[in-house]
Amino acid sequence: MKNSTAAATEKEQLKKRKRSQMTEIWRRMRRNRLAMFGLVIVSILIIVAVFANQIADYNTVAIKQNVVERLQGPSAEHWAGTDEFGRDIFARLVHGARISLLVGVVAVCIALVTGGILGAIAGYFGGTVDNVIMRIMDIFLSIPILLLAIMIVAALGSSMLNLMIAIGLASMPTFARIVRASVLSVKDQEFVEAARAIGAKNDHIILRHIMPNCLSPIIVQATLRVATAILSTASLSFISLGIQAPAPEWGAMLASGRAYIRDAPHIVIIPGLLIMITILSLNLLGDGLRDALDPKLKR
Amino acid sequence: MNNHNILLDIQNLSVEFRTDDGVVKAVNGMSLQIERGKTLGLVGETGAGKTTTALSILRLIPDPPGVITDGSITLDGEDILAAGKHQLEKMRGSLVSMIFQDPMTSLDPVLPVGEQIAEVYILHERISRQEAEKRAGEMLELVGIPALRGRDYPHQFSGGMKQRVVIAMALACNPKLLIADEPTTALDVTIQAQVLKLMKELKSKYDMSMLMITHDLGIVAEVCDEVSVMYAGRVVEHGTLEDIYEHTAHPYTEGLFHSIPNIDARARRLIPIPGLMPDPTDLPPGCPFAPRCSYAVEECGKALPASISLSDTHSVACILRQKEE
Amino acid sequence: MHKYIFKRILMMIPVVIGVSLLVFMVLKMTPGDPARVVAGAEADEATVAQIREELGLNKPVLQQYVDYMAGMLHGDMGNSYTTGKPVFSEILSRMPTTFTLAFAGVLVAVLIGIPLGIISATKQYSILDNISTLLALTGVAMPNFWLGLMLILVFALQLGWLPSGGATSWQGYILPAVTLGVGATANFMRTTRSSMLEVIRQDYIRTVRAKGANEQRVILRHALRNALIPVITVIGLQIGTLLGGAVVNETVFSLPGVGMLMINSINKKDEPVVLGCLITFAVVFSLVNLFVDILYAYIDPRIKSQYR
Repeated sequence: MKNSTAAATEKEQLKKRKRSQMTEIWRRMRRNRLAMFGLVIVSILIIVAVFANQIADYNTVAIKQNVVERLQGPSAEHWAGTDEFGRDIFARLVHGARISLLVGVVAVCIALVTGGILGAIAGYFGGTVDNVIMRIMDIFLSIPILLLAIMIVAALGSSMLNLMIAIGLASMPTFARIVRASVLSVKDQEFVEAARAIGAKNDHIILRHIMPNCLSPIIVQATLRVATAILSTASLSFISLGIQAPAPEWGAMLASGRAYIRDAPHIVIIPGLLIMITILSLNLLGDGLRDALDPKLKR
Repeated sequence: MNNHNILLDIQNLSVEFRTDDGVVKAVNGMSLQIERGKTLGLVGETGAGKTTTALSILRLIPDPPGVITDGSITLDGEDILAAGKHQLEKMRGSLVSMIFQDPMTSLDPVLPVGEQIAEVYILHERISRQEAEKRAGEMLELVGIPALRGRDYPHQFSGGMKQRVVIAMALACNPKLLIADEPTTALDVTIQAQVLKLMKELKSKYDMSMLMITHDLGIVAEVCDEVSVMYAGRVVEHGTLEDIYEHTAHPYTEGLFHSIPNIDARARRLIPIPGLMPDPTDLPPGCPFAPRCSYAVEECGKALPASISLSDTHSVACILRQKEE
Repeated sequence: MHKYIFKRILMMIPVVIGVSLLVFMVLKMTPGDPARVVAGAEADEATVAQIREELGLNKPVLQQYVDYMAGMLHGDMGNSYTTGKPVFSEILSRMPTTFTLAFAGVLVAVLIGIPLGIISATKQYSILDNISTLLALTGVAMPNFWLGLMLILVFALQLGWLPSGGATSWQGYILPAVTLGVGATANFMRTTRSSMLEVIRQDYIRTVRAKGANEQRVILRHALRNALIPVITVIGLQIGTLLGGAVVNETVFSLPGVGMLMINSINKKDEPVVLGCLITFAVVFSLVNLFVDILYAYIDPRIKSQYR
């Protein structure tokens, strides 16, 4: 009985220490104005993406054509104007945020899971396994990310799922490298030796002891990679290898709108600005997280 | 001391580093003189402000955060602190040169060493590139490196050889003052002796003055004419070799002597100076050495002791000596 | 030096094989029967089987790969399914356009990014430094193809100063090159700045100052050469990104390069052309990295002497 209370207080203390670590990180984040700007914008985008249907209905507003109102500039009724089919651009952008964030996050998850597992295996077992895995990753890395994604889409055909897989696989080597490096740096430290000494299994050691130690570089890289993924999605859709019409993907909107650039430039200007602000915010947030999570790296 | 024989005259120099964590008072009212052709040893622990003093003479203190707040530096009749950018550039490398502590990092890794020496001639003398290279080769021979090796890059030399290159570079334009900042600290003991011997020879050959910065009292005894002992940014004792070694006046100097092993008296125990240097962002009001001094009395903590002359050549800043008189 | 270059070339061979094999395997995963595509929907089973035999599609994939690479060495990358023209000559004829674009993009980025980085580093925290940092942040965030459209809107449509594309004159390359160069410019600027800041704190820079060199000489002759070493790595990596960007930019500015050929062929499911384009890109990128490594050795003498 006494033992269990002691264990409970210990757990409590551990929780407390974790919490104070979090407040310290949060304090550092708050001092970084650019990072806070990024955080606010990203939060707004997430909220908008989640409540897209409440803001503007998909079937009746975002993809329903209304030729009478085509190519109108921004007005009180249509905040961002209308496109070549008379659809409300603002509504399309709102639903586009949903697509972009979804593709970005799922792609990064794919990259994280595949890259993470491969990196952990390579780092933990070393030797030939490590060599084979990392050489394959090097080959992946030696192809530019966009070309790699184009290649995978070319092979699998263009659909949202294939797009996610393509972009995810293209980012996989980065995570493999991070996880492998982290594993190598903690593998021989005493607490891992200790865990092994008391008979912990390999998968238990990797999950419970090694993974938490590479969390901060992963969080930072994941944030930055979501930005890359969104940019790649837009690029692929722009060259008609990504998400197809009538879905309101930002890059696809630019592609179909470019024919009207002379008469209705807002069709092209507004979605592009939104992409830029999204990427900028994610990058600022990622950089801010890096500084907050690892003050040693700060210049 | 308005003497034409004085080459370098530093009066009451103060230097601060203004950082985010506070103002570091690195040098606090430092004074020293060097006569022409003489070698002055500047002795003290790491952090006493020796290197900062040396860099002030070249006006190479990184700014920001470093600021010279007070004092004067006169070198060969010129007011260094009032000198303009071009005047300083002309002076560095020709009137005064400096040898840095770590030869491993003080040469540009991507240029051949010969070219780096030749650069000094190109900067200060109106001569052709070929002529400069030729004289760089002569300089290398002078410090004991075959001229042919001028084509090699720094990473192809050992530490001692690199320091020879640095010496060749420093002496290329016949400076009147050579500042050597712990020139042998980073070298092996056997190499140390070689480099010191070389410096001594070259110094008398060119009739230069030298400011030898070191914490090694053995080196001081070997190459210096006079010694200034520095503590927390000030000179606490100054004198000739004999004054300092035979008639040690300041408790800190005494502490330094007790901290070095003596081969002749192995039975003697080392007596280290207790404690650490005071925090330069927060100096105590009185004598900065008082907290570590075994002779300290209550008055030591009240005011900074003034420098008093014990003889024509010997001066000390300690309240105990004042009382004796 | 020769030994070093030789060794680098040797090290490149497995990478080229690996990359081309990866591309080959992935494209072979494409669902659908290429023989059927060639034969057309109406062709009977016998014709399809005959075409399959002719194209060597019956052989094991690895055998197909070896045949393909052997053919490539002789300038034979198969024929296009849609036009019947040889893929090799098709790609070769479009290469100059893509290379000009990529080279011009790198040139823009080097000429703007590196000087801006130097100025930012030497005048750290000045207004100029803050402005260029801000520009770099937006430059990286901007979608390349959108920037292209904006430049067309302003300089071609509104002001009418420059053509909106086409490879007919050198002016046609200005907007695409600037578009392509912006992201890389931002990258070069940031790398040069941080590398420069690191280098000017080094002891040897203090030595140069102590020699009496003026600030200009300190920065340009000594600091820059040392600071460029990491920048060159980034330039090598960026050329890959730039090649990817060139693919998209060719569409924006209607430049008939390899990228446009590739995208059109993907849409037409013209497998030999897609494969040829991708392998070409991969090989070119490996060659660029080889070149960067050699350049490296010229700037950093420490690398050379490891291979004496």
